Amino acid sequence: MSELVELFARFSGQLWTGTVITVQITAVGLLLGFLVGLPTALIRVYGGPWVRWIAVLYTELFRGTPVLVQLFIVYFGLPDLGITLSRLAAAYIAMGLNSGAYQAEYFRGAIQSIGSGQMRAARAIGMSRLKAIRYIILPQALRLVIPAWSNEPVALMKTSAVAFLIAVPDLMGQGKIIAARTYDPITSYLAVAIIYIALVALLMLGLQWLEQRLRIPGTEVEVQRV
Amino acid sequence: MAETLIRVQNLRKIYGDKTVLRDISLDILEGDTVVLIGPSGTGKSTLLRCMNLLTKPDGGSIWFDGEEITAPGIDEDRVRTHIGMVFQDFLLFNHLSALDNVAIGLTKVLGMDKEAATEKALRELDYVGLEEHADKYPGQLSGGQKQRVAIARALAMDPRVMLFDEPTSALDPELIGEVLATMERLSNEGMTMVCVTHEMGFAREVADKIIFMEGGVVVEEGPPQQMFAAAQIPRTREFLGKITELYGDHE
Repeated sequence: MSELVELFARFSGQLWTGTVITVQITAVGLLLGFLVGLPTALIRVYGGPWVRWIAVLYTELFRGTPVLVQLFIVYFGLPDLGITLSRLAAAYIAMGLNSGAYQAEYFRGAIQSIGSGQMRAARAIGMSRLKAIRYIILPQALRLVIPAWSNEPVALMKTSAVAFLIAVPDLMGQGKIIAARTYDPITSYLAVAIIYIALVALLMLGLQWLEQRLRIPGTEVEVQRV
Repeated sequence: MAETLIRVQNLRKIYGDKTVLRDISLDILEGDTVVLIGPSGTGKSTLLRCMNLLTKPDGGSIWFDGEEITAPGIDEDRVRTHIGMVFQDFLLFNHLSALDNVAIGLTKVLGMDKEAATEKALRELDYVGLEEHADKYPGQLSGGQKQRVAIARALAMDPRVMLFDEPTSALDPELIGEVLATMERLSNEGMTMVCVTHEMGFAREVADKIIFMEGGVVVEEGPPQQMFAAAQIPRTREFLGKITELYGDHE
């Protein structure tokens, strides 16, 4: 226990830097994944056959391969095509594209569960398809998706630890450096684990708050315990 | 002589290998309340949905106010703003309050500013007797109230015609009356209405014309007195007798 406190005190600078980078990769990856995932979901539900096929190909490709492979292809593979990325940029892109595939599936489920009736009602008052999606379907789907989607930031934050394998100095990377310096891997990785779990707890609280705030009155489900 | 507002000509609709509508032709006159009746699965709802282009017909044409709305290149969204529709399962927008359900078409489709839209929406809610429920969400309203909000939502667009697709079929018996009363008032004020319903009391009292459909064709049509008392075709008499017995005449 005292070793742990001592390690936190001695390496607070590195741990802080690592935490900031981990949060950065998670935030950028999540945002990128949102920007890719939401249109992908919309295309899968409302798009024509060709674009739909492309959307399916993208999601299955990224859900079907290890994220580490994706990261290595982005960082080590793209330079062969003349695209050289910084370590952090490679981590952002790999995490973003990977998360996008998962987010697309969450969004698709939510959009489909809204049902065609809402679309029909929106069209019946003269809304175009696009307006109906924007003002009727998405506001409901994005609320509905929160509980399931809440897995994604948490999963992404932990998955982002693979970035240390391309020498990104994230929380995991710092842990490795500290372990090498102190010859005390147990305490080092324990410290890292504590920070991860604290971050996840914070995330959960934030997401719960969001879900409460956006709840639509009259849709609360009373749970009866029998 | 009233003008023809909707003219349906040789309308045909096929789902897979089932022909739902076989060369239907009918005229809806301005100001008339027309009640469509017939056994389930005879294409009444399909016909209604073709009228506001929610379903694309496979043949024939539909004219609305002198314009062929089944012609290629027609702006469907513009046509639909003039044709109100009320659904069996209400289909209120669940994330919006009653007020916003009514106002959203005004702001997002007609481009009205928020203040004017709110004012108009409140007037429409007042018309259906729900002004004090304006801030409630669909999940907080009864079935009858939901359906009245749906009527207000359609009316807010100032439609030329209102289509009702079994508006009371999903309601508890004691809630049917409030919806029928709203429809009756609308009809009395001269709104053109096409209603698919099993409410024979409503058909008898309110309709200007009853159209009996079966198997995708119009079997017989006429004013209610004639249809109820002296239908020409035996099948019409049989159906009207059965449905009146089943659903009663409550009005």
